[in-house]
Parts: sequence; structure tokens; C-alpha cells
Amino acid sequence: MLQVKSLTKTFGGFKAVNGANLDVKKGEIIAVIGPNGAGKTTLFNLITGILKPDSGQVFFKNEDITGLPPYIVCKKRISRSFQVVNVFQRRTVFENVQVSVLARENKTWNLFTPSKKLVIEETNRILESVGLIDKGDDISAALSHGDRKVLEIAMALGGNPEFLILDEPTAGMAAEETDRCIDLIKQLSEKMGLTILFCEHDMELVFSISDRIMVMVRGSTIIQGSCEEVRCNEAVQDAYLGGSDVCLM
Amino acid sequence: MVTKGRIGAYAGIIFLLALPLFFPRFYVYIASLILLYGLLATSLNFVLGFGGIYQFHHCVFYGAGAYGAALMLTKTGFSPWVGFIVGPLVAALLSLILGLICIRLSKLYFGMLQISLGSLVWAVIYRWYSLTGGDDGIHGISVPDMIASANGAYYFALIVTGLSFFIIFKILKSPFGSVLQGIRDNPIRSEMIGVNVKRHQLAALVISGFFAGVAGVLFVVVDTTVFPDMLFWTLSMEVMIMCLLGGWFTFMGPILGAALIVLLRTFISTYTVYWALFLGIVLMIIIFFLPNGVLGYFQEKFRPKKLVKG
Repeated sequence: MLQVKSLTKTFGGFKAVNGANLDVKKGEIIAVIGPNGAGKTTLFNLITGILKPDSGQVFFKNEDITGLPPYIVCKKRISRSFQVVNVFQRRTVFENVQVSVLARENKTWNLFTPSKKLVIEETNRILESVGLIDKGDDISAALSHGDRKVLEIAMALGGNPEFLILDEPTAGMAAEETDRCIDLIKQLSEKMGLTILFCEHDMELVFSISDRIMVMVRGSTIIQGSCEEVRCNEAVQDAYLGGSDVCLM
Repeated sequence: MVTKGRIGAYAGIIFLLALPLFFPRFYVYIASLILLYGLLATSLNFVLGFGGIYQFHHCVFYGAGAYGAALMLTKTGFSPWVGFIVGPLVAALLSLILGLICIRLSKLYFGMLQISLGSLVWAVIYRWYSLTGGDDGIHGISVPDMIASANGAYYFALIVTGLSFFIIFKILKSPFGSVLQGIRDNPIRSEMIGVNVKRHQLAALVISGFFAGVAGVLFVVVDTTVFPDMLFWTLSMEVMIMCLLGGWFTFMGPILGAALIVLLRTFISTYTVYWALFLGIVLMIIIFFLPNGVLGYFQEKFRPKKLVKG
């Protein structure tokens, strides 16, 4: 479904992403792992068009989407959540998700119909599915960190994606919030049939839900394979454990 | 259901309608000024408070609307009403042109470029004697008899600002308004949910410029003059202060701010020429103690407690 071919991005001499390769098939859950600064978030920014790559290509459903601006990438039904919470702070939870649904339905140029009459059912359905329905009227800046991360995902769902990119979905969450988030990701994959690409530092989470794992070190892909293949791979041990031959997890 | 708020609104409307019956001419004139500055500030706040666009030199569009109408009225034989419509259209067109150039930059950089280009427009109007009368401006513009008296001008301003406020309010509550506020809070996220951010911002700037032009036309009607100071950057700062003073995340805030500033200027300047000094002090106090503006403060304080859903 998504192929990334030798993608490269340089920031003033520093190669943030240097020949990253990735292959995601429909319906898979793929994790990207790697030490801090390996270029995971930059890779996601390149795929979604927030940054333009220096070289390399991104194909989505066999269509070249390299360097397209984010609002067009989104129309191809790729959605993402952000690592640092990135919601519309002054708006309510409901409005946050509603805007996303309105944008998908191309209603943003409607100047005179009151928003409160539009896409209510769809918005409530999404809030229901992520468990934020009771907090619809809260101003999103007032939410707990965990709830805001979930709101992130809800906003991404507003675009009715086929392909969902989650940048550290559980970062900074308390243990029970993490569990809730894992359930949510599994549900999105199983019930809604979404293809999910995510990055995460929580190895337990990574190994428990991913179909395959891609490992990035210093901007390059060193391996993409099943959990077993990655767990005892030498290069991975090198990167994470400094050459010891203990398997991850 | 008749709420307290609704009774208050009706009382306000009746007060505004009856105002010329009880107050002398001078106060009616001041009230007209408050209305048109209120509209000017609201049109700025549409992009500033709700769009997050730092339009530093907003008065360019106010001036463009005023000059557009004034030139139509004095230099052509068209009906004055045509001039009143052309003014805002000129402002909207200018807003589109400046917007196209400035929108590539964001935040403060947008503001700096916009204030420079706006000053350029001011310089053109200031220097182009043969057309604009230069720093003399244009005086004694004759408007239709119906709205030529102080009361006539007041009612005209009241109807036009009322209608404009209604339209701006409607737009803010529409999907376009929701998107605009989303862009204010987070442009990158807006792009990522499928919104072409620049294009929506540009549209917002054109709408805002149009209503600034409407305020400019109202000034022509109320004062029957235009002069280059209407496009000078100091007035833009004053209008921005109106927004901040009243509360730039509220709809009514800028109108309140406009009323406060016009009243301060009118009444303190009868005692001292240093009225701006008092404005400065008032502004500092507000920034320190009411960072969300006067109305923002009261809204926060008296926001009804939310019902807990069971």
C-alpha cells in the first residue's frame, strides 16, 4: 500500500533521514523503532508532506505522492497524529473532530450554514469510538495529556483514512491510559480495517501489536522484518544494546 | 425562552434606535463614530483574533474603502449609492493583492511585510495630489439628502454596521469560521486534516478588507471628508489596541474596545492634549491584569458552570 524508496532529507549538513526504505501492505500494523534522533518523526513528516524530501520517493497505492503538500496527501486518505500534542486548543473536543470531518467533506468554503448543524452524527460516532463522547464540550486545552493524545487520533480519524500514521501514540501516558490506547489501536486495525504505521519507544507495546517492525538508526533503515527477525538481529542489538548479543524483549 | 441576555440585547437595540431623540447632535456624531470604528475593529479581529493573522496595517483597507467611495462621489457622475458599493470592493481587491504578496510569510513576518506595503499605499495617496488631494484630503463630499443629517448618517451607520456584524458573526459560526479558528490554533494540523491553509487565510483577508472598506464608506457618510491619516499606521495600531482592550477572542470585544477608545479620546482630549498618555496607562493596566481584554475577563468570570453529563 505504501512504499518508501531511499528517502533522504538533510538539515544544513545533518542527514536526518538518509536512505530510508519502508514497505507497508494493506491491513498491516507496522512499527518504526530506533534510538532518539534516528529520524522517525522526520520520516513521517516526509511521507505526509510537511517536509519535502531531497531525494527518494513515496508511493501510495502505486501513485507517486512524493513532495505533495499535506492537504493533498490527506485527501488521498492518509491521516496522522502528532508526537507533541497538536490540537486546536481554544476549541472544544467536539469542534476539533468536527473541523476534521468538515474538511474531509469539502465543506470548508461554506460561509453561511451554521457549523452546529453539520456532520454531528459522524463527529459523535468518532468520539464514541475513541471514548471521548462525554468530554465533547470540554475546551481541548483543559483535557488531560492522555485524553489529548486520544483526541489527536480522533482528529486523524475525522479524515476517514485508510492509512493512519501515529507518532508515539502513548508517549507520556500513564499505565492505564497506555492500555486504553493499545486497545484503541487494535480496534482501529481489526474493526475498521485501517493500515497503521506508528513509531514508539515502548518495546512491549511495539512487540505486542505490530505485524512487522522497521528499525531506523541515524536516518537509515537497517532492517524491516517480523518481530522474530528483528528481535535477535545483530545490527539492532548493536544500535540498542551496544553490541551485546542479548535479544530485545 | 426569554433569557436575561435576550432582554439586554433588546434593550440595547431600543437604546440605539432611540438615541438621536434624547442626545444632542454631537453625541449622535460620536455614537456614529463608535459604530464605524467598532466595525473596523471587528473586521480586523476577524483575521487577528479568529484567524491568528497579524494584520498590522489594517487601516489601509479602511482608507481604500473611504477613498474609493469619495472619488466615485466627487469625480464621477454615478449615483452615490454605487460609490458606497465600489468603496468596499476596492478595499477587498487591495486586500487580495496585498494578501497574495504577504501570505507566503507567517506570523510576525507577515505583519512586517504587510505594514511596509500598507505604508506604500499611504505614500501613494499622500503624494498623488491631482487625484487624492494629497494631505489636504477631500472635503465636503455631498452624500444623498436622506443620510446627510447627523441623525440620517447615524441611522445609516446603525443599519449598515448591524448588518455587517450579523454577516461576520454568521461567517464565524460557519464551517469556514471553524476552519479559520483551527488555522489560528494550529496551521500544520489544519493542513494535515486536509485544509489548504493559505487559500483560506487569503479568503479571510479579503472578507476582512471588504468590511474595513464598509467602515471607510461609513466614515465618508458621517464625516463627509477623507484624508491620508486614515491610512496612516498609527491608526492601525489604535484599531489593534481596540481589539486587545476589548478582548480579541470575543466577538463583541473589539466593539467595546472601540467605544472605550473613542470615548477616552473625545472626553479626555477636552482636558488635555496628552490623552494618549491616559490611553497608554489604561492599556498597561489591562495587559497586566486582564490579558484577555475587558470582555474576555468577564466572559471567563461569569461563564456558566458546565453541566456534568451523566
